Amino acid sequence: MITALVTIAVLAALAGIATVATASNASEPSLVERIDALLPQTQCRRCTFAGCRPYAEAIAQGAADINQCPPGGERTAKALARLMGVEPKPVGKEFGTVPDYPAVAFIDESVCIGCTKCIQACPVDAIVGASRHMHTVIAADCTGCELCIPPCPVDCIVMRPAPGVVQ
Amino acid sequence: MTFGTAPAPHVVAHTGVARVMRIVIYALVPTVVLHVAFFGVGLLVQIALGSVTALIAEAVALRLRRKPVAPFLTDGSAILTAILLALCLPPLAPWWLIVSGTAFAILLAKHLYGGLGANPFNPAMVGYAVLLVSFPVQLLQWLPPAGMEIEQVKLTVGETLSTILTGSLPSRLTWDAVTSPTPLDALRTNLNMGMTMAEAQAAPIFGTWGGRGWEWINLATLAGGIALLALRVIRWHIPVAMLSAIVVCASFMYVVDPGAYAGPIFHLTSGASVLGAFFIATDPISAATSDRGRLIYGAGIGLLTYVIRTWGGYPDGVAFAVLLMNLSVPLIDRYTIPRIYGHAR
Amino acid sequence: MIPRQAIRGGLRIEAHKARSTKHPIRAASLSAHYVLPLDQHSGLPALPLVKVGDRVRMFQPIAQPAPGISAWLHAPASGEVIAIEPRPAPHRLGAPTLSIVISNDGRDEPFDNAAAVSDFEQISPKEACEHIARGGIVGLGGAAFPTANKLESSLCENGPQLLLNGAECEPYISCDEVLMRERADDIVFGARALLHALCATHCTIAIEDDVPEAQKALSAAIEKACDSRIRLKVVPAIYPAGGERQLISTVFGVEVPHDGLPADIGVVCQNVGTAAAIARWIRDRQPLISRIVTVTGDGVRDAANLETRIGTPFASLIADGGGYTERMSRLIMGGSMMGAPLPHDDLPVIKATNCIVAASALDLQPRGAEMPCIRCGACSYVCPAYLLPQQLHWYLHPYDSEQLQRHGLLDCIECGCCDFVCPSQIPLAERFRETKPVLIRELDSRRDADAARARFHARNARLERLEAEHRAKLAEKRRPKIGPSSS
Repeated sequence: MITALVTIAVLAALAGIATVATASNASEPSLVERIDALLPQTQCRRCTFAGCRPYAEAIAQGAADINQCPPGGERTAKALARLMGVEPKPVGKEFGTVPDYPAVAFIDESVCIGCTKCIQACPVDAIVGASRHMHTVIAADCTGCELCIPPCPVDCIVMRPAPGVVQ
Repeated sequence: MTFGTAPAPHVVAHTGVARVMRIVIYALVPTVVLHVAFFGVGLLVQIALGSVTALIAEAVALRLRRKPVAPFLTDGSAILTAILLALCLPPLAPWWLIVSGTAFAILLAKHLYGGLGANPFNPAMVGYAVLLVSFPVQLLQWLPPAGMEIEQVKLTVGETLSTILTGSLPSRLTWDAVTSPTPLDALRTNLNMGMTMAEAQAAPIFGTWGGRGWEWINLATLAGGIALLALRVIRWHIPVAMLSAIVVCASFMYVVDPGAYAGPIFHLTSGASVLGAFFIATDPISAATSDRGRLIYGAGIGLLTYVIRTWGGYPDGVAFAVLLMNLSVPLIDRYTIPRIYGHAR
Repeated sequence: MIPRQAIRGGLRIEAHKARSTKHPIRAASLSAHYVLPLDQHSGLPALPLVKVGDRVRMFQPIAQPAPGISAWLHAPASGEVIAIEPRPAPHRLGAPTLSIVISNDGRDEPFDNAAAVSDFEQISPKEACEHIARGGIVGLGGAAFPTANKLESSLCENGPQLLLNGAECEPYISCDEVLMRERADDIVFGARALLHALCATHCTIAIEDDVPEAQKALSAAIEKACDSRIRLKVVPAIYPAGGERQLISTVFGVEVPHDGLPADIGVVCQNVGTAAAIARWIRDRQPLISRIVTVTGDGVRDAANLETRIGTPFASLIADGGGYTERMSRLIMGGSMMGAPLPHDDLPVIKATNCIVAASALDLQPRGAEMPCIRCGACSYVCPAYLLPQQLHWYLHPYDSEQLQRHGLLDCIECGCCDFVCPSQIPLAERFRETKPVLIRELDSRRDADAARARFHARNARLERLEAEHRAKLAEKRRPKIGPSSS
């Protein structure tokens, strides 16, 4: 009987070690971080929150639904649904339409007056320029959030397909 | 001129699931032949009953799941499950044991999880475990092997058939006269009765190395297993790891106390060690994936088999050991992804 | 002598080469038109130098490389440019791509490439690279990577090892084998030119153990050249031993890092056909306007290796081989393992066309109905990249990008070995080929998202810092009003 007890104890210890070794350790990302990792990081605020991270926090707290991210589209909504263990659903119409292709902002440099308002609006520092000098969008860095369009006093910013998009 | 297209590669080897299963079934023929030689034709009846049940259960499950019936019914996997389960049951076990065991294996252990290729547990072993837990008495009533120096009771084919189908022996016989425990079971009982190992193994049911008859059946199984290895249907990792683990454990305990623990040869030649190592644990669907994972998986089965046999409540432990290791396959797979070309270790 | 097998995995499969190697190389018949796709090499499409209606002479450059990775194109015959328009191309599986079409006037008036130099030892390695580029030389093993670009990116101080790939492992293809048999001198000449261009000190020519005649011819040519830098290395005839990365680990016993190039471990790999093309360009002043194409398979009457001008229609090559047999069923460019299936034969030979297989049912082993994976692991034993294809297949549906990446989907070389041995007849190679771009796109967008997040956080931190500085300044300004500072 002693042997049996020892055997069971050893097996239990081994199982315990395996469990501890595979259980969540300190470096494992938190729920908010895992949600944030699924979001497209456009920082466009169409979800009604102040950026991707605040939206992630809201989802984690249950204050927001998983279908509020139009730039992420169906894929993000699906991934979020899977992570949160809820039924997937299409992106809500009230948050905007899902773009058909990735777009970036383009400044018509002949019209730009160099007011720097768009530079202040850009959440990801993708517009360069100085006061009274024309501005330009770094296409590779633009997330297509469209936040630069409303502040422009001369309406010289338009959205164009991102480079590499085949139409 | 225009031509039909199909993606590369444009040639594939002449192989198939049905072919693989067929080879495994053929490799079991020596085992079955010797089994019949030592224990009578009961096994053949069990295989027949099991196969029919397996095919019916498979067809029903496929129909319910709206899958094509023909290709899956002919792939041989259901019949293989039935044969493996039949090999584990006493040859004279009543018909409803093999029928319910096979049906459970196919319907619940296989198709409930998604059918061929998706079952995490070995269906034959699930069926056996369910029967062993539910009907332990019937499952431990083995026959004495032929060639024992005691009064021989030989059943004819008709008598075997009627015994299995009706569950009762011909009137001239009693169950006590025709049944005998398996060697592993007998050894445990004898040891529990306070006998020494030498006394315990002196009983006529034991042969030169292990159980009388069983030692030859296991040799035949080994031959079949080596054929599978030679044909590359299975790889060496699981059988070698499993048998090595049994040998290491048994040798260690034998050295510690030869009076209380049977030696490695006995463990290899009795019970389902060899059948388990070459035909059950190697079921690729429920086994670990990489070579390293398969070594761990096989060693785990060997270790657990020895532990259950020696200290557990059941005489043989292969079935539970396989099921327990099936359970740990996702964990093993996660930590044994092989190194990819061009990646650092 | 059976050499040590250094790669794991791979297959020993029937080579099907005997039929096409029975006869020596012969010239393909000339065509009335030559179609030259501008994007027939890897990298960017070449830029046309001619207009519709221009007269061109044989060997004349008709398109120049775009900046970056690209290659020159030359006229394969004298005649007139009759069109520059999208035409169906074999490397696009029959989809149209911008091509220059030249009508052949049959006179073959040669253009004198004045820049040609015949004594490469006189020019610097850098000039040699440029000169090789002007010959329109691209890798003739099948990928058509511009050779000069590869050489330039491989230049290093103590000179890389040069590896000439004569291990033609794919079934049916035999153009390199006949080349090594009949034009071994060209290969050795090309090898010496490449050694010079790379400042390399050693050249290894890898050749499979099942082509003794080619081995003999090459050994003789090396001996004749009296060049101690060049040696022959026999490798086992295992598919895909001739894959660049697989060959390097077989020959040198080292692996190419998964995120690197052979140049990172000091190796430059070139096809033997490329070396021969370089020899023709440097010695004979003939740019790459023709190559050897194997025409074989049970669907064509006579198999052959044909010296074919680039741009010749496939149909003309098939006619040279006696036409289709009635058993013809599938047209493949390349070998039976990785070859591209083509919908019709109105396609031009491009620089990458090493073989045309007119396959009949005898060549094709029909696939059985697909069964579920039984995880037997046969695929993982033959995978030359040491992957677990059964696990990759498991994670394809439902699509799990994280596990696919972990299990090395992007390291798959699409050789088809797993597909070949799969008892469940699952088209693994095709599935992996389809999913790789999806995974790459996803990883790219994730990388972009990570960069955007980092910039967003950096900006927020900066704004906060500015805000804090601003407030500190305000506080500084207010202080004197309360009382004179003590300092």
